[in-house]
Amino acid sequence: MEWIGLLNYAVFMAIFICIYGLLALGLNIQWGFTGLFNAGIAGFFAVGAYASAILTTPEAAGRIGGFDLPVPVGWAGAMVLAAAIAWPIGKICLRFRSDYLAIATIGVAEIIRLVVKSEDWLTNSARGVTNIPRPFGDLPYVQSQLAYLALVGGILLVVYLLVERQIAAPWGRMMRAIRDNELAARAMGKDVPFRRLEAFIFGAALMGLGGALFAHLNRAITPEAIDPMVATFLVWIMLILGGSGNNRGAILGVAVVWVIWSFSEILTDQFPPEIAIKAKYIRIFLIGLMLQLVLRFRPEGILPEPQRGVSGKKDL
Amino acid sequence: MEFLELLNFYIIPGLVLGSIYALGAVGITLVFAILRYAHLAHGDIATLGAFVAFAAVTLLGLPVYAALPVAMVVTAFAAVGIDKLFYDYLRERPRIVTVMASLGVALMVRSLVQVIWGVDAESYIRGIARPENWWGIRLKDREIVTILTMIGLVLALQLFLMKTKWGKAMRAMSDNPNLALLSGVDNGKVVFLTWLIVGGLCAASGFFLGLNTELKSMMGWQMLLPMFAAAILGGVGRIEGAVLGGLIVGVAEEVSVIFIPSEYKAAMAFVILLLMLLLRPTGLLRGKVL
Repeated sequence: MEWIGLLNYAVFMAIFICIYGLLALGLNIQWGFTGLFNAGIAGFFAVGAYASAILTTPEAAGRIGGFDLPVPVGWAGAMVLAAAIAWPIGKICLRFRSDYLAIATIGVAEIIRLVVKSEDWLTNSARGVTNIPRPFGDLPYVQSQLAYLALVGGILLVVYLLVERQIAAPWGRMMRAIRDNELAARAMGKDVPFRRLEAFIFGAALMGLGGALFAHLNRAITPEAIDPMVATFLVWIMLILGGSGNNRGAILGVAVVWVIWSFSEILTDQFPPEIAIKAKYIRIFLIGLMLQLVLRFRPEGILPEPQRGVSGKKDL
Repeated sequence: MEFLELLNFYIIPGLVLGSIYALGAVGITLVFAILRYAHLAHGDIATLGAFVAFAAVTLLGLPVYAALPVAMVVTAFAAVGIDKLFYDYLRERPRIVTVMASLGVALMVRSLVQVIWGVDAESYIRGIARPENWWGIRLKDREIVTILTMIGLVLALQLFLMKTKWGKAMRAMSDNPNLALLSGVDNGKVVFLTWLIVGGLCAASGFFLGLNTELKSMMGWQMLLPMFAAAILGGVGRIEGAVLGGLIVGVAEEVSVIFIPSEYKAAMAFVILLLMLLLRPTGLLRGKVL
């Protein structure tokens, strides 16, 4: 029955690739098309996960909740709340260079982590939110996994098509203009801070949705579920390696990095415990190094951004 | 609350923490003003400095305070090496790419510390230091050393920037890079000197944080936000502003415990940062806005 186990593992990985794919598409809108540096991806992810968890779980003692709403409402709530948190941050920071946004988003992720860890009434702190309903959760394990994969895959496909549509539209052309030559775009009468805010909020909402899908997959969410720095950084390396500014590249990058990341974990788990702990940090060191190497030798990524314009009319 | 109690339990720890932030914030403000990007690996380089000092104490058997200059020199050259390896070739690209590279460096430096020294908390000296009583004000020796060393290092840096040829070159690059380059300032040398100074200051800030609390692999990353808040509060590019900002952020964090749950102490820096960006992005002492 070895192959059943392998198949299960492949399905499990595919679900994760779809969830990270949503995060990468969100980051691509922010960084790839608009040039905004979001270093708090894990924060928006956590907000989405907790928002959907609180909205859809049945009554539990000691914390807010018991709304018991349908799952799609939870997902919509996750997107709205992540967007609502992105709005004031973007409003304040997007008037300046993206460096300030980078610092502020690190701060937001940190505050969200503190709230999640210490607010008992809201998130049940360290014990986390449990009993999150899972779509198709009543089916036997394999069918349930496959059904969930179909669901997240479908969502990823819809989001991908919508983002592609949006980027090919005049809005996308305007965003690239702002990214590549802010001064010229402003001279053409574009409201640069407002447009950046749109992209920041749109991306944050997708990250929130990714978080919600993750929480419903695991049926529970705890503060330890996400290592903020590693999660944020993984999404970054996925996008940069795959090709920022190219949605297909973003998803390809997710698949490549996630496969490397998971297999290296299987590999290091074979080592004796004292080496395995060190190996965990060596893996993190190596993804940091990977980013530097990609930035140095192939900054455009595996699939570079298509050159749209005079010679590439068919792309539009 | 009595005045002495406020002073002993909130203001003095705040000033000590503030001095530690100030050392880091001066470095951040230098990188921000001269090299023109936000350096996100700053906190983790401070962690590296703190652990280099720890190695000097445990392996070489140096006295604690003698480990400080060793750590400063080693970390200064480590910072120069990091610049040469990971930032230098990005100089022609948009600055934000260097910010991204520095986030990667932060992760690499931290995981290196975790591989070499593990993730458990360490300390330079075992045992509890008793504070001495100075007319009702309770101060530990190491707190006095922290504040005095910070003042000494900042004064030395100010003298260097004001009086020497290379200090003036650094200020010129900060004020107007094009004019400075036209006047024959050697950019490579300015970058080298900046990283040398910034690395040394990082190590000092990490060392004093380790001395006054304990050494942990996440200590530097957690200092990053307060250090940036301090640099922006004081005004980017202003050394004295960074010191002032550091002290204000440190005291604000410690005093905030009276009003809000202590878990949210770390949120104070973020609030200060957002308020400054909202109300006065040039900072208290009129610095730059990038």
